[in-house]
Amino acid sequence: MLSRTADHLYWMSRYMERAENTARMLDVNYQTSLLPQGADSAEQGWRGMLSISELTGLYGQGHAQVDARGVMDFMVSDEDNLSSIWNCLRAARENARAVRGALTTEVWETTNQTWLEFNRLLKGGEFERDPGALFEWVKFRSHLSRGVTVGTMLQDEALYFLRIGTFLERADNTARLLDVKFQALAGGDFFGGPDKAEQELDFYHWSAILRSVSGFEIYRKVYRNVIVPEKVAELLTLRPDMPRSLAACMNEVVANLDLVANAQSAETRRRAGRLQSDLRYGRIDEILATGLHAYLTQFLDRVNDVGAGIGRDFLVPVAA
Amino acid sequence: MKVRLDEMHAADGSVREHYRVYDEWLRRQPPELMRARREEAEMIFRRVGITFAVYGAKDEDGAGTERLIPFDLIPRVIPGREWAEMQAGLAQRVTALNRFIHDVYHEQAILRAGVVPADQVLNNAQFRKEMMGVAVPGDIYSHISGIDIVRAPDLGDPGSGQARTYVLEDNLRVPSGVSYMLENRKMTMRLFPELFSMHRVEPVAHYPDLLLDTLREVAPAGVNEPAVVVLTPGMYNSAYFEHAFLAQQMGVELVEGQDLFVKDGFVYMRTTQGPRRVDVVYRRVDDDFLDPRAFRSDSALGCAGLLDVYRAGNITLCNAIGTGIADDKSIYPYVPKMIEFYLGEKPILNNVPTWLCREADDLKYVLDHLGELVVKEVHGAGGYGMLVGPAASKAEIEDFRRVLLAQPANYIAQPTLSLSSCPTFVDAGIAPRHIDLRPYVLSSGKGVRTVPGGLTRVALKEGSLVVNSSQGGGTKDTWVLE
Repeated sequence: MLSRTADHLYWMSRYMERAENTARMLDVNYQTSLLPQGADSAEQGWRGMLSISELTGLYGQGHAQVDARGVMDFMVSDEDNLSSIWNCLRAARENARAVRGALTTEVWETTNQTWLEFNRLLKGGEFERDPGALFEWVKFRSHLSRGVTVGTMLQDEALYFLRIGTFLERADNTARLLDVKFQALAGGDFFGGPDKAEQELDFYHWSAILRSVSGFEIYRKVYRNVIVPEKVAELLTLRPDMPRSLAACMNEVVANLDLVANAQSAETRRRAGRLQSDLRYGRIDEILATGLHAYLTQFLDRVNDVGAGIGRDFLVPVAA
Repeated sequence: MKVRLDEMHAADGSVREHYRVYDEWLRRQPPELMRARREEAEMIFRRVGITFAVYGAKDEDGAGTERLIPFDLIPRVIPGREWAEMQAGLAQRVTALNRFIHDVYHEQAILRAGVVPADQVLNNAQFRKEMMGVAVPGDIYSHISGIDIVRAPDLGDPGSGQARTYVLEDNLRVPSGVSYMLENRKMTMRLFPELFSMHRVEPVAHYPDLLLDTLREVAPAGVNEPAVVVLTPGMYNSAYFEHAFLAQQMGVELVEGQDLFVKDGFVYMRTTQGPRRVDVVYRRVDDDFLDPRAFRSDSALGCAGLLDVYRAGNITLCNAIGTGIADDKSIYPYVPKMIEFYLGEKPILNNVPTWLCREADDLKYVLDHLGELVVKEVHGAGGYGMLVGPAASKAEIEDFRRVLLAQPANYIAQPTLSLSSCPTFVDAGIAPRHIDLRPYVLSSGKGVRTVPGGLTRVALKEGSLVVNSSQGGGTKDTWVLE
């Protein structure tokens, strides 16, 4: 496969995954802000939202204050914000268009349709009327896109690069989400306070995180217990059976890297494998002992490093 | 009095035999249903992304610079016997054109015989001296030819009511539009499947197969499993959809210049598994941009060193470099003579009588009859830079007269053909609009192949004779009936 083709495929799925994760985080914040006890944590959530995507500065240039409408508009439809869902869906579609011959008709049409329909929804005022419905829609379009990909693509390099993009992006996004949500509590007691009100607040905080990664029901099923932060952290980092955990994402990245291996990719494969092993054999108490923030910061650096390696080994045309 | 020729209706208003079943069906369709189908077609074309890029424009859907070429629901129908004659004429014409190009770049017998003036060829901007003496597989230069054909009342006997078939121009460089031919058929089958059980319509969907066969057959000698690629200028080119579509349908790589490089006398593409050799390039990039080392040095669309590999016979370019010498408008008038010269046959398809403004006598005639003629730039394309005398105002004619006198050699003139019309959906209902036809002719040296029909373009503006998509033209599905 052409290196340029692999590059477009990889970024196409990264952007689609990013759009989904942004929609997930916005949705949970938006739902939280509708709860009576959620007002404060929602505002904190909007700030967190910006810092997850490293956009606090850019947002500040155009907005006097951080509020729901401002952040939602900025993250959904702002054309100047390269991380807005609008820009992610556009980039996914542009990348798909560049290699539409390498995609099945169904995959291309799904991606193109998502972009056209999203613009129609924005123009039709759907977003103002019911932001939750729009977030849900984005999520389902991403599900559809993944499903159509797995369900129609030949199992060859094209599919593997799409999968690598999806899971590398998801690993990055889950790590950022965890980091911000745990830091939000850094001021207070990390493991929750003794009084009832605080416990209630904690419940909503942790369940919001879980719901943003479709993990609420999974948590109950896996732990059959009340929601406690260390278990939430464990579920989202180390559990290989939780589809959005860091471990699950790295398993997929490594499996697909093996399928596309070439003469120069051994070092990237080693680094990805080492990251995977750290997650496979890691323990949550060790991670918490050294500090979750430090752990996640390092994880993001290493994911980024694997991404750069993939770029070097496969995607950038090698000089003749 | 102007003679009108309609593909569906005879002069007395009766429906022609080959449209009879369709006409009966159309009468049964409620107008709302046809309107709904029209909208459905547009929606599907958008979703499939069958769009062309318009530079500097932004459309309201935020789809940026992409526009649809309007698709008309009413097919253009060609009776089988009419097509059979066209097909024979196309094969004859393209064969002669290929012989001509080979001759020009080798013996130049036709120039020495004085059939085509040597200075017309050798001093033509489209003549590529780099191609002199270069052998190409099968001696074929124009592998994919798009021949623009119109039907019109007989110019020799306008009162007779007889229709004749004229070739308006030959496109031997990078003719486009074939994807619309294929998508239009898919669309009609999707919207009106019942029509296909009522008619025996010759299929066209196998065109990509024929194209792939053609490309494989012209691979460099000794290559058994040639690696074929489609070379595109990139996704911002107006025909990008077509490039991607054809590559996908043939199952070959779609490459850009940046994906290719030359090493040790061969062309390679950069892949995730390292360099891979390329043998045949179906290039959708103009000659000037193919090799920055040989042609335009500022081109980023080509591949440096490509020409040397080509001249050494280690890669095949389709179409060959230098085919422009045969589709230039100043060479067009000589095509019937080429057919006689190379094949010893009488031309099956008619040429339109053409005045070359570089000749003093011709120029005088043209200046005296500007109001009746169509005057075209020799190197113009896309319907730009031309005068349609009968449709122009006095002021426009006088303006054009000055332009023409400044550089007469740049222009040719032809009588205004009253192109045939075909019923077409317009906002006001169904009305006749002028049409042309571009069949695609594939040549490999092992034979000439066509799929029945081609792309019908329609001038959507009332009375307009300009069918180009850049000038408000649309397309129709084209049926050849068995």
